[in-house]
Amino acid sequence: MVPTHRRHAKGTRYLGFLCVWCLLVATLFFSLAGCRPPNDTAPATPPGTIEIKGSDTLVNLALAWVEGYQLVQPDVRISVTGGGSGTGIASMINGTVDIAASSRDMTSREFEAARAAGMDPVEFVVALDAIAIVVHLENPIEQLTIQQITDIYTGRITNWAELGSYDRPIVLVSRESNSGTYVYFLEHVLRRDPARADARFSPNSLLMPSSEGISTEVRQNRNAIGYDGLGYVTPDKKVVAVGLDPEGPFVLPSIETVRDGTYVISRPLHVYTTGEPVGEVREFLEWVLTDGQEMVRELGFVPLD
Amino acid sequence: MVPGTSPPVRKRMEWVIETIIRVLGFSAVGFVAMIFVFLLLEGIPAFVRVPLNNLFDSLWYPSLGLYGVLPLIIGSLLVTVVAMLIAFPLGIGTAVFVREIVPGWAREILKPLIEVLAGIPSVVLGFFGMITVAPIIRENLGAPTGLTAFTGSLLLAYMSLPTIITVAEDALDAVPRSYRDAGLAMGATQWQTIWRVVVPAARSGILMAVMLGMGRAIGETMAVLMVTGNAARIPDSLSDLFMPIRTMTATIAAEMGEVARGSTHYHVLFGVGLILFILTLAITLSAASVMFRRRTRGGLR
Repeated sequence: MVPTHRRHAKGTRYLGFLCVWCLLVATLFFSLAGCRPPNDTAPATPPGTIEIKGSDTLVNLALAWVEGYQLVQPDVRISVTGGGSGTGIASMINGTVDIAASSRDMTSREFEAARAAGMDPVEFVVALDAIAIVVHLENPIEQLTIQQITDIYTGRITNWAELGSYDRPIVLVSRESNSGTYVYFLEHVLRRDPARADARFSPNSLLMPSSEGISTEVRQNRNAIGYDGLGYVTPDKKVVAVGLDPEGPFVLPSIETVRDGTYVISRPLHVYTTGEPVGEVREFLEWVLTDGQEMVRELGFVPLD
Repeated sequence: MVPGTSPPVRKRMEWVIETIIRVLGFSAVGFVAMIFVFLLLEGIPAFVRVPLNNLFDSLWYPSLGLYGVLPLIIGSLLVTVVAMLIAFPLGIGTAVFVREIVPGWAREILKPLIEVLAGIPSVVLGFFGMITVAPIIRENLGAPTGLTAFTGSLLLAYMSLPTIITVAEDALDAVPRSYRDAGLAMGATQWQTIWRVVVPAARSGILMAVMLGMGRAIGETMAVLMVTGNAARIPDSLSDLFMPIRTMTATIAAEMGEVARGSTHYHVLFGVGLILFILTLAITLSAASVMFRRRTRGGLR
């Protein structure tokens, strides 16, 4: 045991010790932070590996491509992660992935950030997709105009009865704001009419962190309306036909109607690279744009012509 | 050990071990301090870059440059307070039951079971909430959707119960046996002794149990992200408890992956983290002050 009269002296020693310790750790911390190279333009991953990250809509398709590509090029290791288009593009700009998968165009702000990091992003259209409007199977609604969809999602129409369906409140289901589907839906549906350029989602919208969340809620809840990529629509939900004009025509999303442009809520799916692709990345993307298009159809998306 | 009797080598060893233990002890404090400094560095720019009337507004649309954090703060507080209203009577009741009523052999079974509850991963509870609890709430309580503030509160109450029960039980355990004997000797029934003597004597420990449970609830992320619906709206009536809500933790978890480092949105998310940290700190500090008061008074009233 330490004699008691020494304890008081120890208290001040602790204080001095703490100061020295903090200084030491702080120095280490800031010197480490200072060491990080701000503009690293070298390839994000070691040779022989490709990192793809981004759109949740594209994840399953990208995984199918990777599986198919393994049969052709077994030496190249490719990993795929989701997280949303914004996440993928941010990772590409931060230099942690080679390819960003995105279901929307890169914004001018993102282009600026990429250039500031010494990159010159190149865009490739790899498939086409349609956004389907889905409701519960028991909902009698068959068709909606873009105008009506906008009124629903901005909170002007709050009951299904106003649309000639059953008397139930409408529950809006949306993706989180980092999803490319969210941005596309906002810009090409809610703000399609130039007079509504400042339209936004009603604050009552449920923001789901995944496609699966939307799927579960719409399948279970008779009040719900949701939107999601065509490739994610399963038979346990009802797809609504969409038209521009209240008189029609109303069109259901399908490969044919997306290709000929009669289904209005459709979009190209992109991948972005940090610059003109070279080596393994280039070979992989060339394969995706040719042989890889078979898998696009299998997964419910629309292949390029 | 008397100074002077041990050989110098042994003394040096003693010093080395003491120093190692001291470094480890201080590093905990140091890490908290560093996290706080990091949060400050990353979070403060939010309060500079975004005008305060935008920041403390009710519109949270980060993709449109609207960073109103008010719905997130109120959302977190609402979910946490309701969770505590549910967990408090259940937790204290269970602690009293386990400590004062059941025979010893049953206590030996119940206590480990309660501790197992604390080990269930929150994502599992969140999934359970989304698939099982949400439909029950939608169909039986007349809510338009099952993903509501109340669903989140139920799950959080469940998650904070093990903490509350364990700490409250320890507090009851610390009440001297003579208190119970005195109560019974005065002619009080067992119930009267528990309710009028034992529980009041342990009240500071019980309060601390609730504070710690609250700290656990307000910082919980995964389960609330999955079951509260994440709609950034300000609840303005009691029935809004059965409407979706968006919490601070869920917002950070859902949006942090998307943001470019150094953007306004990035700093605002750290600012939200800072607010959350300060709230949690306030809860923990008040719990600590309650504990300190108990120690100085020796738990006796």
